Amino acid sequence: MGKTLFEKIWDRHVVRTIEGGPSVLYIDRHFIHEVTSPQAFQGLQKRGLPVFRPKQVVATADHNVPTLHQELPIREELSRKQVDMLVQNCAAFGIDLYGLGHPYQGIVHVIGPELGVTQPGMTIVCGDSHTSTHGAFGTIAFGIGTSEVEMVLATQCLLQGRPKLMRINVEGKLREGVLSKDIILYIISQLSASGATGYFVEYAGEAIRALSMEGRMTICNMSIEMGARGGLIAPDETTFKYLQGREFSPKGDAWEKSLAYWKTLHTDADAIFDREILIRAEDIEPMITYGTNPGMGIGVSQQVPSLSSIPEKEQGNFRKSLEYMGLRDGQPIRGQKVDYVFIGSCTNSRIEDLRLVASFVKGKKKAEGVEVWIVPGSKQVEKAARAEGLDRIFEEAGFQLRQPGCSACLGMNEDKIPAGKYCISTSNRNFEGRQGPNARTLLASPLTAAVAAVTGKVEDVRAYLNAG
Amino acid sequence: MNRIISTIVPINIENIDTDQIIPARFLKATSREGFGKNLFRDWRYEQDDESKPKKDFPLNNPTWNGKVLVAGKNFGCGSSREHAAWAIKDHGFDAVVSSFFADIFRNNALNNFLLPVQVSDDFLQKIFEAANRDPSTVIDINLETQTIRIENTGEQESFDINPYKKTCLLNGYDDIDYLLSLRKEIETFENSNQSVA
Repeated sequence: MGKTLFEKIWDRHVVRTIEGGPSVLYIDRHFIHEVTSPQAFQGLQKRGLPVFRPKQVVATADHNVPTLHQELPIREELSRKQVDMLVQNCAAFGIDLYGLGHPYQGIVHVIGPELGVTQPGMTIVCGDSHTSTHGAFGTIAFGIGTSEVEMVLATQCLLQGRPKLMRINVEGKLREGVLSKDIILYIISQLSASGATGYFVEYAGEAIRALSMEGRMTICNMSIEMGARGGLIAPDETTFKYLQGREFSPKGDAWEKSLAYWKTLHTDADAIFDREILIRAEDIEPMITYGTNPGMGIGVSQQVPSLSSIPEKEQGNFRKSLEYMGLRDGQPIRGQKVDYVFIGSCTNSRIEDLRLVASFVKGKKKAEGVEVWIVPGSKQVEKAARAEGLDRIFEEAGFQLRQPGCSACLGMNEDKIPAGKYCISTSNRNFEGRQGPNARTLLASPLTAAVAAVTGKVEDVRAYLNAG
Repeated sequence: MNRIISTIVPINIENIDTDQIIPARFLKATSREGFGKNLFRDWRYEQDDESKPKKDFPLNNPTWNGKVLVAGKNFGCGSSREHAAWAIKDHGFDAVVSSFFADIFRNNALNNFLLPVQVSDDFLQKIFEAANRDPSTVIDINLETQTIRIENTGEQESFDINPYKKTCLLNGYDDIDYLLSLRKEIETFENSNQSVA
């Protein structure tokens, strides 16, 4: 019997399997950041251990950094201490750090691929649930807790049970105005916020193949939002073209050797999955969430579900969710007023996202009373945006182009949405309080967010594309 | 850790994500201690103000106390922050009972000797009902026999746990000690060039 892509990578990384227990899985690349690493380093210090393979660890500061005036010392004391501690730990343990001020600094899941650190066939972990992003390159990549960060720092290995495998085939062609973000929001709305728990998901099919690497990263990024441990996509010419010539991509003979291996990384025709799902690309319209978990999504032309359409057992949670959001059941989502627009996060902050937003807003102005934050995923994205003149387009539209970081995706720094305000956000989570206490998040694609920025409401992007 | 016999704190809400358990703005500490006081911060206090507890939230309601947190399905979804497990443990809980756990939270809990007990939807409802009828309802969780029992009704169910993890919990073993004991084998693996690093 053939093997799935996941099995090919997994099997190659198993050091040993404990009988009736998990496997000892070797980890090729370990990304760390300031928030989930300090206690792991503390653990190593307590045990008097070095970092086992410091050259396989890459660090950056992203979760807790300001997005304005990064050249100045961080004002908030606890945040400054946490970022400083990462600098000290990386120096003490011999880890390369792309910290504040470094030209490679940025959101960990943006810089890994951008630098070519992320390569097909690897196992990759990070103390962050959106590590699944790297799966877009045909890797086994998943988020871990801090105790596990300590294990990987100490031994370059983790104890992991093998997850079940699911394949989601997205067949056909996407309709105009529908982006990869809409695909994944649609999938999660179909499967629910826990529908893929216990699984690793391979995304396949014509509509996935047709996506750019940026688009594929957006899909894999949100795998965790339906509970999946991770998601992955088989590498192909799009992947190889993206990686060629990047800072840490193999060069010369090593490139040819790697390429030969990467080309074997696909699911065999007779491989078997525990679960397979078929999605038709043409069924997907621009999506938006109305509730407080990413599974609560609908097409922009639809209405918030009516209470009577919700199973009785779930009505309490549904009601609580709508109450938090200040929305009525059965109301159309189109026309919903927004106060903030956040374009950023490890889901949608790459240069392709910024180009798309700029191409739509060029020559337009933001709606009155709406605050628009564009937070690039990395210094390199920011540099490219400026080199291409996107900064001027944003400025003329009244948008703020900020500096790289996780920012209002999780509201850990000062970029918080005020209580009761609506934010249309290209990020990945609409949980209560995620963007600030009592903030109300509507998740959407960068295009739908751009339309909201200029109209001040949730609108159907397709109406604007057709109007030219 | 073998047996937990305690009254419960019920939070009958589904999909409790780790942002609710501990909001991101409280993740700035660099040690593992002290997260308990911000457990469920935004559900616990009005306007982020500790002097304004929300009286009906179970953690503020003197009716409810104990070492076992019982919550709706898909508990611990979202962010990988281990701070969520630290906060629950720091607050004084030794076990969380739900009908479904998110994967990363489950691992984080186990690594902190916080026992995640997954029960059927029906049994979960039975616990909520028993506690509603009588808040002094005691739950008996036996790790050795992998059973959970509602003392005053006698209803019980068995729960799954990975045998390796069970051994670790019963004996206080750490994954890291086990992995450190394999360092030679890991080096041999690296030299065999199987990985792509």
